[in-house]
Amino acid sequence: MSSETRQILTTDGIPLEVSLKKAEKKNKIKAFLLVAPLLLFLFITYVFPIGEMFTRSVDDRMVTNMLPKTFKAMESWDGKELPPEEVFTAFYSDFKFLVENETQGKLGQRLNKEKNGFNTITKKLMRLIKRNKIDESQSIKEQIMKIHKRWANVEYWQAIKRTAPPYTMAKYLKGMDMYFAADGSIAQVDEDRRIHRILWLRTLEIALFVTIFCFLMGYPIAHLLATLPMKYSNLLMICVLLPFWTSLLVRTASWMILLQTQGVVNDFFVMIGLVADDNRPTMMYNKVGTYVAMTQILLPFMVLPLYSVMKTISPSLMRAGKSLGGTPFVAFWKVYFPLTIPGIGAGCLLVFILAIGYYITPALVGGASGTLISNQIAYHMKATLDWSFASAMGLMLLSGVLVIYWVYNKLVGVDNIKLG
Amino acid sequence: MSKNPEFVKFDKVDKSYDGKVLVVKDLQLDIAEGEFITMLGPSGSGKTTCLMMLAGFETPTNGEILLDGNIISNIPPHKRGIGMVFQNYALFPHMTVYENLAFPLRVRKMEKNEIDKKVDKALSMVSLNGFETRMPGQLSGGQQQRVAVARALVFDPAVVLMDEPLGALDKNLRESMQYEIKHIHESIGVTVVYVTHDQSEALTMSNRIAVFNDGKVQQLSNPSELYEKPVNSFVAEFIGENNTFNGEVSDISGEKCKVKLSNGEILASAISVKSKGEQTTVSLRPERALIEPGETMDNMFSGKVEEVIYHGDHTRVRINLLGNPEFILKVPNSTSNLELKVKQDIKIGWNSSDARALDPK
Repeated sequence: MSSETRQILTTDGIPLEVSLKKAEKKNKIKAFLLVAPLLLFLFITYVFPIGEMFTRSVDDRMVTNMLPKTFKAMESWDGKELPPEEVFTAFYSDFKFLVENETQGKLGQRLNKEKNGFNTITKKLMRLIKRNKIDESQSIKEQIMKIHKRWANVEYWQAIKRTAPPYTMAKYLKGMDMYFAADGSIAQVDEDRRIHRILWLRTLEIALFVTIFCFLMGYPIAHLLATLPMKYSNLLMICVLLPFWTSLLVRTASWMILLQTQGVVNDFFVMIGLVADDNRPTMMYNKVGTYVAMTQILLPFMVLPLYSVMKTISPSLMRAGKSLGGTPFVAFWKVYFPLTIPGIGAGCLLVFILAIGYYITPALVGGASGTLISNQIAYHMKATLDWSFASAMGLMLLSGVLVIYWVYNKLVGVDNIKLG
Repeated sequence: MSKNPEFVKFDKVDKSYDGKVLVVKDLQLDIAEGEFITMLGPSGSGKTTCLMMLAGFETPTNGEILLDGNIISNIPPHKRGIGMVFQNYALFPHMTVYENLAFPLRVRKMEKNEIDKKVDKALSMVSLNGFETRMPGQLSGGQQQRVAVARALVFDPAVVLMDEPLGALDKNLRESMQYEIKHIHESIGVTVVYVTHDQSEALTMSNRIAVFNDGKVQQLSNPSELYEKPVNSFVAEFIGENNTFNGEVSDISGEKCKVKLSNGEILASAISVKSKGEQTTVSLRPERALIEPGETMDNMFSGKVEEVIYHGDHTRVRINLLGNPEFILKVPNSTSNLELKVKQDIKIGWNSSDARALDPK
């Protein structure tokens, strides 16, 4: 008898294995259909925008599309001396087409970013074309060079050639205060103009310290929440969550009321004689304000994961540690603390990642020394309309977060994270 | 070495959590060195509170606790040197078995090789050698329990407290662990204070049992005395099965008394009744009453069989006797078993020495 090896059949003769698989397949399809809307939603709201952001950040096709003939003619130009007659002719015909469609302004702006001074000379050229001052039977090269001495400068033509590739990393370099020099190598911008690097470092610094402050304040609160009897812990929990339910803007505004020079906190300091009335410390529109407001706003994100982890730690473990001879500190450090690490990891990662991309609070209370990289991104989205640069910095921020996540995974292990 | 009969001493200990209700009332309890004493009682009877006061996690409201003659009420738990096994084991889940056992030794700053030796000894005591590198989560309930016992003993404490340590185990495992803990106690001679609400556990393991109810020790005696000679009706009810008759003492002479029931009169031993006219509850163990007794007994009555339940090794018979429809009899399973039928009238007899007239319920 070898019943194990014999195939088991169902009553209608199909092997049991096959019909089980069939039944399972149905369930799998059902399960997939259930999550399909969410997957679609995620794709539309998450994957697609990030992809769009990426293409935008490296997209440099505008000039390529505007000057197709020019770039074709430039292929044979070595780029060392002034380009030959064909390049000028091709450029003239491309530009004329743009003028007829009245889109040459964009080209001027774009080229001006590549090299200062393009705006003036393209406008001059446009005016001449509009007034039909260019004689197409004569040498185009001579006529264009006569319009402005910059047209006779090889550097300007090199700049046009540099915009030829449809994709560029220039925005990313700019985000790190670097640029492509005339010869195509990567160069640093002048020291007094390096603003982005300062912002990146400041963002990291503020996120790090906010995380540390949140941890130092959140750990005891979470411990208290987890160990107090239910009726008190519920009240405390509401106190922790109340700010969570209040509008971010309202909370930031209330910090402004508290922290300003004539504000409540300063008034109190003056009242108890800590500071002189005419020497009130500035606590807003600088880093102090950013630290204070962000720590308060992000605190629940630290407290909640810590609380949920601490809630699962049996109080008898601390008792066991003490009864075995550990002082209260040893029992805490060797028994309780290691067990809260999953919560610490989750809380710190959450707060750090949120802090690194924080926008409204630093914008309102940060002032000049308390703004973060996200404020710079917003500035480029709203004021300069340089969306590709904003996208590039956004992606740099995103990859920074992913790197932190990766490092965390290597050090602690993401499986250890417990959010609830 | 002479054993100290007052190794652990509760001296007039009161405990109240809220200042209104006394959870433990005027507790007076001496525990001898090397003794296995069990605190037995229903939940809320104050037994765990006593244990926690001894361990140092609760402070007595009144009175003193002495360990080997020294007052320990003001010593924090970690300086008492008392081992404890917790209800849910309380093994440190992030440490291996070895690290769990080494914890009490490391905090005492012992040498590494001495720690190794002691851990090895403790593990062999609970026959868990080779489990050093396992995490508690990888062990079965019984194994975790044994690690917890080994951890409580590894630093050679003078007293080990056990707070319902077997509560989470299934019946078979619980029974084998009972014997194992008993044997460990016998072989190393440590003083054990054991808390449980399971009376069979208490009867199997202990030298002495303190039955707690309502914050008081109702009776403190060895298991057989507790079972055979309960001093009040609570103990009689709580330990083992029990048949009771409520009535009034109609005559008392020496150790015997007559108790008048609503429809009859029985003879009993006078335990806590002193005079005629007192209300009393007479307690009788089911196995002490016999069906159709061969010899003459001083209590002989007839009753009607109400229910017969087969239990394998014995048969339980419920009889309506003297107006008590809940009178239980245990008939051992033997070849000469009587054929019992429901509604049958049978004769029941017992000796008055087995019927104890206690305080009224």
